Amino acid sequence: MKRTILSLGGLLLGITVAYAQANISPAKPQSKPVVITGATIHVGNGQVINNGYITFDKGKITGVGQGTAPDITGYDVINATGKQVYPGFIAPVTTLGLVEVEEGARGTVDDTETGDLNPHVRSLVAYNTDSKVIPTVRSNGILLAQPTPEGGIISGESSVVQLDAWNWEDAAYKKDMAIHLNWPTAVAGGRRRAPVAVPGVVQETPAQRAQKAVDNITSLFEQAKAYADIAKPEVTNIRFEAMKGLFNGTKKLFIIADGAKEIVQAVSFSKRFGILAVIVGGKESYLVTDVLKENNVPVILRETQTLPDKDEDDVYLPYKLPKMLQDAGVLYGLTGTGFWRQRNLPFEAGQAVGYGLTKEQALSMITMNNAKIMGIDKTTGTLETGKDANLFISAGDALDMISIDVETAFIQGRNINLDNLHKQLYKKFSDKYGFKL
Amino acid sequence: MKKILLFCFLLLLLKIADAQETFPVNGAWDVRPGQYAFINGTIVVSADQTISGGTLLIKDRVIEAVGKGLAVPKGYTTVDLKGKFIYPGLVDAYTTYGMPELPRQAFGFGGFGGVRTLVPVSTKQGAYGWNESIKPEMNAKTIFHADAKNEDLKKNGFSTVQSLIHDGIARGTSVVVSLGDERDNLVMLKDQAAAHYSFSKGTAATNYPSSLMGSIALLRQTYYDAQWYKTQKEEYNISLDEFNRTQSLPQIFEVSDPQSILRADKIAKEFGHQYIYKTDGEEYQRIAAVKATGSSFIVPVNFPAPYDVEDPLDARSITYEQLKNWELAPTNPGVLEKAGVKFAITSYGLTNARDFWTNIRAAITYGLSEKQALNALTTAPAEMLGVADKVGTLTKGKMASFLITSDSLFKADNVIYENWIAGRPYVVSKLGITDLRGNYLLSGDGFANTTLKIGGTPGEYDVNIERSGPDSTRVKGTITRAGDQLSIYFDYKKSPAGIIRLAGYISSVSPLTFKGDAILPDGSQGRWTATFSSAASGSRFPPRDAPKSNLAVGPVVYPFVAFGNATLPKAETVLLKNGTVWTNEKEGILQNADVLIENGKIKAVGKNLASAGAKVIDATGKHISAGIVDEHSHIAATGGINEGTQSVTSEVRIADVLDAEDINLYRQLAGGVTTSHILHGSANAIGGQTQLIKHRWGLLPEEIKLAGSDGFIKFALGENVKGSNNGPLAPGSALRFPQTRMGVEQVYIDAFTRAKEYKAARAVKGSTTRKDLELDALVEILDNKRFITCHSYVQSEINMLMHVSDSMGFHINTFTHILEGYKVADKMKARNIAGSTFSDWWAYKSEVAEAIPYNGKLMHEVGLVTGFNSDDAEMARRLNQEAGKAVTYGHMSEEDALKLVTLNPAKMLHVDNRIGSLKAGKDADVVLWSADPLSVYAVAEKTFVDGVLYWDIDQDAGKRKALAADEARIVQKMLEAKNKGAATQRPNAVRRRLYECESVEEDNFVVADDYTDMERARQAAHEAKNNNGR
Repeated sequence: MKRTILSLGGLLLGITVAYAQANISPAKPQSKPVVITGATIHVGNGQVINNGYITFDKGKITGVGQGTAPDITGYDVINATGKQVYPGFIAPVTTLGLVEVEEGARGTVDDTETGDLNPHVRSLVAYNTDSKVIPTVRSNGILLAQPTPEGGIISGESSVVQLDAWNWEDAAYKKDMAIHLNWPTAVAGGRRRAPVAVPGVVQETPAQRAQKAVDNITSLFEQAKAYADIAKPEVTNIRFEAMKGLFNGTKKLFIIADGAKEIVQAVSFSKRFGILAVIVGGKESYLVTDVLKENNVPVILRETQTLPDKDEDDVYLPYKLPKMLQDAGVLYGLTGTGFWRQRNLPFEAGQAVGYGLTKEQALSMITMNNAKIMGIDKTTGTLETGKDANLFISAGDALDMISIDVETAFIQGRNINLDNLHKQLYKKFSDKYGFKL
Repeated sequence: MKKILLFCFLLLLLKIADAQETFPVNGAWDVRPGQYAFINGTIVVSADQTISGGTLLIKDRVIEAVGKGLAVPKGYTTVDLKGKFIYPGLVDAYTTYGMPELPRQAFGFGGFGGVRTLVPVSTKQGAYGWNESIKPEMNAKTIFHADAKNEDLKKNGFSTVQSLIHDGIARGTSVVVSLGDERDNLVMLKDQAAAHYSFSKGTAATNYPSSLMGSIALLRQTYYDAQWYKTQKEEYNISLDEFNRTQSLPQIFEVSDPQSILRADKIAKEFGHQYIYKTDGEEYQRIAAVKATGSSFIVPVNFPAPYDVEDPLDARSITYEQLKNWELAPTNPGVLEKAGVKFAITSYGLTNARDFWTNIRAAITYGLSEKQALNALTTAPAEMLGVADKVGTLTKGKMASFLITSDSLFKADNVIYENWIAGRPYVVSKLGITDLRGNYLLSGDGFANTTLKIGGTPGEYDVNIERSGPDSTRVKGTITRAGDQLSIYFDYKKSPAGIIRLAGYISSVSPLTFKGDAILPDGSQGRWTATFSSAASGSRFPPRDAPKSNLAVGPVVYPFVAFGNATLPKAETVLLKNGTVWTNEKEGILQNADVLIENGKIKAVGKNLASAGAKVIDATGKHISAGIVDEHSHIAATGGINEGTQSVTSEVRIADVLDAEDINLYRQLAGGVTTSHILHGSANAIGGQTQLIKHRWGLLPEEIKLAGSDGFIKFALGENVKGSNNGPLAPGSALRFPQTRMGVEQVYIDAFTRAKEYKAARAVKGSTTRKDLELDALVEILDNKRFITCHSYVQSEINMLMHVSDSMGFHINTFTHILEGYKVADKMKARNIAGSTFSDWWAYKSEVAEAIPYNGKLMHEVGLVTGFNSDDAEMARRLNQEAGKAVTYGHMSEEDALKLVTLNPAKMLHVDNRIGSLKAGKDADVVLWSADPLSVYAVAEKTFVDGVLYWDIDQDAGKRKALAADEARIVQKMLEAKNKGAATQRPNAVRRRLYECESVEEDNFVVADDYTDMERARQAAHEAKNNNGR
């Protein structure tokens, strides 16, 4: 049987009236194969297929190509002529689901544990699938995220989740995949004058202070690595237990470092311990691309829509940064800021296009590249056969705010509900004023 | 010569007893005549008169005669100064000599709202004013105590100084004293020299002011209060009384950079004063504006040391401003002289007093004349302080305060021998004994390839021992000298380790040679000889006779930061051809159309325009729009954006604290922004007066104002006003009212009730009602002369303020932020209130839980004048994209969406007759975009403000290259300076603060005089915040 779903977006909006946020339920597993036809398919790896089709069944992509799909008997058909199909966007290193109200409601904030060394603390268990923020983010095509702890020196470990789930157990896409380290920084900053020398007190320079912190981290990792070699430790150290994965390649070390010096330090540190490292932030990564490239260390840039750090910097430096890494051959991804702002992730990517990147490169940044860096590229990040059907249809260019219009989205083949609190309030007050939507 | 030496020695031992009438004496009175004749010296009477081979006669404290061929009367001790020089004693117009150390104030740092420990009024007991930072009742004369141990000033040649209480906004009166080591009663030259002011509240515990604009408002109000005080009979107030009494004195204002000078000068002109300014020595950055103040200046010579720039990555943290200032600061005195500005030089601010003469000489190297230098150190300060009849020149009847020097005062190797202060000598370095400075070849047992280097001054030598060859090393030694005997010791640390002691004597004067015995660490003894080989070197500045090329400095740029212009761009006649023109007028969006700009205005918009002589810019495939207008911005202001210490602060004005050097003005031009409305923050219900500016990059604060525009004021509702996100309070501290939305309503009711009564009282003929700037602003609102933009979030409070306005009879112009505007848009519409919101912000606090990105669309649809604002320096530079979001959320038409950030905010700000659309006759604020301006892909290629091309993407590329080259040039120069032995400092960039509504500055503004204290306070505050969690 063949059924054509036309204008699914409109249909969803109709359903909305009856729903409230609490009733935005996770979608049921894919029961029937689906084919999307006539679309412009952005594969995520740079390739664009005009008038393309994509088929998926039981949550997996079964075919992608140009023209008419071979055999689609019994498929649900979505005619997406003139529309765009994208791999689901991926938001790495975010507090989505860990924070509901940023300020003045501490009870809703679960992203920062007390203490400096928390490799054992796991973000996954605090991930709140019922957050009202998540559906607003999903509505702009972000289908996977990496809720990440913050604070201290070692903030904790993160997992990748898919954004349509009943609970964190369902949500887990890749568990405990990375540990997060804040690299000590030697930037002085803010001082008008050097502190007055106090007789008998040796003033520590910021560089010395940072070096001390680096020495402490190095010593910790030495011990953790030695611990990892002990088959049965006499006393179990749950911090070191959590860190074991770093030394056998099952966990990555996400190192937050923005300064060129810090990045170089972090890279040689990870090399010394044979750790799979990812630089997060990387504001000055463009100054040390050779080091990053030689050591195959990727960078997750934190937002393009930000100000340069220094008055002397190119006013457009953050906009141009992706292009600089692209040209230098460094693997780079992108995340947005905080949690609710992740709905702007596509625009953060699109921002780089005016400053040298191609649209498909900008897309790769938040799909394929992020997936590679997070180690989930075998199952997602591009629209290729065998991968999870994490994708969406937009009426227009999804990297541009004037054209993004996510009509239908699938996570692991499940047709998810794109309603959210904001759409509901829009509807509610349009009704009040008698406006037709 | 021996006689003099001996005499000096005696003088030091036996201080001349002070002849003071009222004090009893223990033992026999010892009053000496104190008569001296200094003969045969070159007497520099003043910068204008020099007598060679002259005679100076002094008696006790006073100069009896100066001239050539004067007979020395009997009873005078004669001092032969053949070959020596006599100069007037120097005058330092700005010191805290003899003042007690200031008590350190505990900081009420922290929370948003500006108050951690509530101190609403003065804690000082007595009939003083309400605010502790206004203390005109403080008189330096009552706390001054001569500080004989303070030798720095005397060593540098000063004999007379002004000394002030360096604390507070109105700091009371200063004294002029001589630096003699005498009873306090005898050193006082002027007991009330000047009245002093600053923008810094210093140690005052009163919460208000916490911002620069608060300081200015307080000072302004104090002037009015003092005037009122003269007319009233109800209140006795020592502070106001003293304020009035001290107005006739010279008024000295401590400021910092040129913008700070202009801020103070605005107050001066407002109240008919002429201040004397003590500055940071950066007048060269804005010399024309500085000159135009018509004021006199007291300038420091604490030129910055070069930075450590060996590590290029570390060097990146030095700002361009710091690099430039390092190079140009020594030109400042010369620039002032050239401009004809009257100024004195102070040694205040030097971290090392020994840099004083090095820096004076540097200033001379970089353009200051010796004559002017002498004036600036003698007559100019003497005149400013009203003591020109006593000091400054060597003329009959003046005080016997003078210097005996080896040479011209300004020569690099000049030695100050004696500093006579009021007839009493202070010996800096002994007269007539050999100057040991120089490089010597050290030879003898155990010394090969060794150089002994003696530098410093004859009063304080530095010694270094350098060994070349395989064991090359350089160590510092210690030298002591007694007449012709000297001893030196030092430690090589290795080969050999341990202290080597040299004892010796001057064995020959020409060439200078020392000989003596050496004792090595192992106890073995030997002989040593050191023979003069070359003169000492090591100044950070090239010597005067250095080739001119070494003295070349880069140009001053406007503003004095990266991307400043050496010459300001001018308005041009420009024809933008064949673009897509978003007119924002009834013509809508025109395809293949042109825009003609002439004389700063839009001359024409249409097809196939032509203009002879216009610069034609091809806009084919591009878009042209009006400049973006940001209704809610906090850039380009300094010293704090919130005066949150009181719930009503309508007296404070952003107009007073504009910072036209904020890089964000430039960055936002690069995002097509041409006009910004700079608002007070949202810490209190009635905040400060706002200022509308244009992004005229490089002009002065007064020049970036959009002149003639209506005045606005910031109100605020909600969490910020309640202080609900503040950190914990100090134990036992009260809270600032209000703490609930209920209380917020009553703040407004109270304020406007008072304002109405005030207005009525002032209207009565002959009224003596005190002029109150806070209430004046509210009366302006009631009179429809000032307009409200109110920070607001949830519907209940928005509704509340609308009802308050109804009942009190004022109009609300705009609700800004207004995230729940969509819930009450009909009520706003009924009252003709505009809504300026965020495009999509939410979830950052409780009161934005129902903020939706469809808000703009809904308000627009209801018929409100709707805009999108930034409140954020980053978002401001892509407000075009924020407008684009209205196209996706709610499908607003593109034409209407662009108006959200152009015409509509112009309407809200009452300037839509001048800006906001492309129409003949309007200001030529025009942006050329690479693509649809609402698209994420659009790049602002050119931005005109008033027809001046302030942003051009191609010129910017050139500027970046030039910037990098200039930085590299200065860094090279710094490396050279360091190689020549200059002391250096670590890179320590001061980055400009970015403000948003919630920024509170009080913790780093409190003790702005003392940046070290300020830094400690800031760190403490920061740590406290971190400890308190989010």
